[in-house]
Amino acid sequence: MISVKGLIKSFGDLEVLKGISTEVAAGQVIAVIGPSGSGKSTFLRCLNKLEEPTGGTVEIAGFNITDKKADIRAARQEIGMVFQHFHLFPHLTVLGNLTYAPMKVKGETKAQAEEKARTLLKRVGLSEKADSYPASLSGGQKQRVAIARALAMEPKLMLFDEPTSALDPEMVKEVLDVMKDLAKSGMTMIVVTHEMGFAREVADRVLFLDQGKLVEEGTPDEFFGNPKTDRARDFLEKVL
Amino acid sequence: MNLDFTQMTPYIPYMLEGIWVTLKFVAVALLIGALIGTILALFKISGPAPLRAFAVAYTSIFRGTPLILQLMLIYFAVPQLTGYDITPFLSAITAFGLNSAAYISEIIRAGIQAVDKGQVEAAQALGVPYRAMMKDIILPQAFKNILPALMNEVITLTKESALVSTIGYLDLMRRAQVVGASMYRQFEPLLFVGLIYWVLVMILTLIGRKIERRLKASDIR
Ligand SMILES: Nc1ncnc2c1ncn2[C@@H]1O[C@H](COP(=O)(O)OP(=O)(O)OP(=O)(O)O)[C@@H](O)[C@H]1O
Ligand SMILES: [Mg+2]
Repeated sequence: MISVKGLIKSFGDLEVLKGISTEVAAGQVIAVIGPSGSGKSTFLRCLNKLEEPTGGTVEIAGFNITDKKADIRAARQEIGMVFQHFHLFPHLTVLGNLTYAPMKVKGETKAQAEEKARTLLKRVGLSEKADSYPASLSGGQKQRVAIARALAMEPKLMLFDEPTSALDPEMVKEVLDVMKDLAKSGMTMIVVTHEMGFAREVADRVLFLDQGKLVEEGTPDEFFGNPKTDRARDFLEKVL
Repeated sequence: MNLDFTQMTPYIPYMLEGIWVTLKFVAVALLIGALIGTILALFKISGPAPLRAFAVAYTSIFRGTPLILQLMLIYFAVPQLTGYDITPFLSAITAFGLNSAAYISEIIRAGIQAVDKGQVEAAQALGVPYRAMMKDIILPQAFKNILPALMNEVITLTKESALVSTIGYLDLMRRAQVVGASMYRQFEPLLFVGLIYWVLVMILTLIGRKIERRLKASDIR
């Protein structure tokens, strides 16, 4: 589903990703962890070209997006993304947020898009909020709407950038529950997260990034039980 | 002090007519300004480098020189250079239109750029094309930033419009001078139109506040 080879990203003189390679198979859930500033967000954003990779290749959902001729908009339709700060469209209702892109981008009819949107809202437990505006929702509710909005495009995989970091503690669980449910349904997911419990329980594999390098990679049992590198050990000591 | 407003009575309808002349002129100038201003703003935000440079230079020149100079240049230079005898009205709307285009382009640019960058990223991540994103996601949100600032521009324009009296365009201000000259009393007619300007600006301010309040309310919904 994803194949990254020698991915490099620089901002001016600052090299943020220093040659990252990894493979992700369909249906896998990958947790990306690492200290602040290690390049986790940048890595994720290179996967749907919100950042333009400086070097290396990224193949994802059947598109070689580092190829100049790649249809990047078509690729993005297959790649759902959930942001730390939700980025819901504030001037549209919850239903409007869910139906806008399917209608505009995929040409679905209003009826089709709304039917699907209501099913998704039910799935994330927000059926009664269809006609509300984002400003009236709690953080946890906003993030669940954001997940539903991404799913409304019926993507092949989902990227999450610290989806619970901006939430009050009591709202973290409701969002993680939705994500667990999604993982169980077989969705391919890349999740940048500080929730070690979630990584341990749900991820098939953990990627540990430090200073722009993929320092360690393994199953949660391997990584959390017996980290191979000093840097991973130091990091885990601090966060666990 | 010997103020005597009674002498002025026969001239009042003549001066009141100036309200429409001024408002008509402001409206036309504003329309031109908004049209060119929008185009300039789009150049600045997403135009190719030469167009962006043009828009930036344009704004810099029109904001960096006195409006009265621009007005004079157009009124006097056009006939001198082209032989076309430009009317006061035409030079006035041209100068004010071109000038307010510079200010309005900045208002629109700032309004668009004040929209959270996350909105663009969210739209891009969903595969929304650029034009649709601008039209459906960014501009509706930018509009809320733009409208209050635009109201201020309307108020400024209304007051500054008095400058056109210098080229003999018969607006409110000019009419006060004409009346003053014919009754050998300047003070009363000037006070009179001063009051009219103030009332006009107050009305515009109230409308602006109402719009702002409505926009705020729709934010919370
Ligand atoms: N647009 C940008 N321009 C310049 N530097 C950037 C940009 N985006 C990120 N960086 C830098 O790249 C480095 C990695 O940033 P990134 O956001 O990917 O880290 P992160 O691992 O996601 O951190 P956090 O856990 O704090 O979110 C940081 O040093 C950051 O300052
Ligand atoms: Mg980050």
